[in-house]
Amino acid sequence: MPPVFVQGLGWWSTAWPAWPLAAAALRGEVIEPAAPAVRRPSPARLSANERRRAPDSVLMALQVAEAACAAAGADAATLPSVFTSAHGDLAIVDALCRTLADDPLLLSPTRFHHSVHNAASGYWAIGARNHAASTALAADAHGFAASWLEAATQCLADARPVLLVACDTEAVGPLRSVNHSRGLLAVAMVLAPAPGGPQDRAIGWQLQPGSVAAPPLRSAAARSLQANAGAGALPLFEALADSRSTTLALPLSPALVLRLMLSPA
Amino acid sequence: MTPGPRPPSIVPVALQAATATGAHGHGLEALAQLLAANRSALRANDLPGLDLATAIGRVDGLEGMAWPAAWAAWDSRATRLAWLGLQADGFIDAVAAARSRHGAARIGLVLGTSSSTIAVSEAAYRSLDTDGGFPAALRHPALHAPHAVTAFVQQALGLEGPALTVSTACSSSAKALAVAERWLRLHLVDAVVAAGVDALGGSLLHGFRSLGVLDEQPCRPFDATRRGISIGEAAAYVLVDRGDAAVRLLGHGERNDAHHMSSPHPQGLGAELALDDALARAGLAAPAIDFVNLHGTGTPANDEVEAALVARRYAATSHVCATKGLTGHTMGAAGLLEALVCALALQRGLLAGSAPTARPDPVLGAAFAERWRAEPAQRRIRHAVSHAFGFGGNNAVLVLGC
Repeated sequence: MPPVFVQGLGWWSTAWPAWPLAAAALRGEVIEPAAPAVRRPSPARLSANERRRAPDSVLMALQVAEAACAAAGADAATLPSVFTSAHGDLAIVDALCRTLADDPLLLSPTRFHHSVHNAASGYWAIGARNHAASTALAADAHGFAASWLEAATQCLADARPVLLVACDTEAVGPLRSVNHSRGLLAVAMVLAPAPGGPQDRAIGWQLQPGSVAAPPLRSAAARSLQANAGAGALPLFEALADSRSTTLALPLSPALVLRLMLSPA
Repeated sequence: MTPGPRPPSIVPVALQAATATGAHGHGLEALAQLLAANRSALRANDLPGLDLATAIGRVDGLEGMAWPAAWAAWDSRATRLAWLGLQADGFIDAVAAARSRHGAARIGLVLGTSSSTIAVSEAAYRSLDTDGGFPAALRHPALHAPHAVTAFVQQALGLEGPALTVSTACSSSAKALAVAERWLRLHLVDAVVAAGVDALGGSLLHGFRSLGVLDEQPCRPFDATRRGISIGEAAAYVLVDRGDAAVRLLGHGERNDAHHMSSPHPQGLGAELALDDALARAGLAAPAIDFVNLHGTGTPANDEVEAALVARRYAATSHVCATKGLTGHTMGAAGLLEALVCALALQRGLLAGSAPTARPDPVLGAAFAERWRAEPAQRRIRHAVSHAFGFGGNNAVLVLGC
């Protein structure tokens, strides 16, 4: 496949609430976690009222989407976007299920529309005044790789930059007995069909039959987030934090591998 | 507002096999019969444990059907519906033939769903274990995920290519077809199963009730007395490839309203941009469209915006219908189910009607009324369009042709 070019990155986690901090931590540099840990990001594109009402996952997703667009120098109003999450907002899922079990007539319209998987996609479109295509995906543990594949596919199929945003939250309440996602992690990148700046990284890619385990995480920072359902993004972000060329094999299914070849643009 | 560039035209992809199960019954023949009879398959809500005055489009027999022991951990209403849906129109055989021809890793799966298996999590919350967690019988992590139905279908069909869940509310499975076309265009795979599956459950029914858009009577899209939607359930599948077939996907458009999370843009901006993109990909102009299956939910606001779009864009001779009064609004499955209503129009000349609505709301204007059809018709057509608009302002339009 022709390569795609990473033009801007976004990252939000409680310990490292911006990509430059996270990149240093992922390189193994000693970066003290933000203290006190930042509980919720505060994306600029939402009104104060929306920021107060929006679920954490929406705030995180919008924060990294904005950061990636700014880093790429991309027009947030025109980029198509691919949002992905293994589980959506688990606090909302918990509240929804609890209300339905206790008294379904108390379910609020706001909670219901926050429960749709494309809530972050919808809020982003509204906040960025973006009328381009936007999707919301899931593929469980393979979700990041499968969604990166979809973003790269859109980028090359129509030869235009695409914004990829991944976000997963922590299981709460009874969900914790089946859902092992812990911590908060949101990441984003702008993928372009041609290089645009000196900092761009080229990613050549191909699908290969075969079975691989997820690549081992090299940094303590990445390992501190490996219990998040979006941890599938961590190997690629570790590789992007480091300027060296490298190759990654990400599992897409028990019999299929997404091979990524990173090099300077 | 930046409309952005028009997309380039695409090489059509071929619908090699298709099937749909829903309130209409099991398979495409049952769907064709329902459309020909122009009969609503909706009934008063009789789902156990869901005390709500509304009409539903329910699939019979899901509760009592034999469930393979090997898949005990995947048991849910949604996966049962997905499994039942696969057993019609020779669909499994068609996929098996594609598998032996291309190899399992060269066949992708993309499935649109809005609620997946959330009803299982809802059930778990009603019967929590003494430790406060889910009851032992429901502690299967993979079952409590948006991707659960897709993962199940992937196993049931023995597919090893990319597998993706699209969950953009009511446009989900229309967008699944767009994903499939792009995967084929880039030769990532040689065939794709595109699907839409959504089962009835508490979050959908109570969610739409909370929004005040659930009609107590069977829904009447575009009727002057419309009060909202009737929710249905369905499983729809197509097998697409780069070959030739009687029905082909000619274009798709995906656009966002960027207006409101649960109300449409008052001028239908995102919907019209999606239509423009779908037509551009198909290399067609709106007057070339013979048949339109509307999103037509039955909510006052949605129908009004869509009626204005119809009046603005489609030819006066086009046959425009809304079938959610027949099947119910099947949520994430609606896009693909209604693409198959278009496929029946293209393949059999069966142009659906719009029961139970007999005449459109006069407020929607004469131009809309001229295009809108209460009754089915029989004639050969070449180009059909399906609208699928969802929460979050997420719009998708498909163009099919023969």
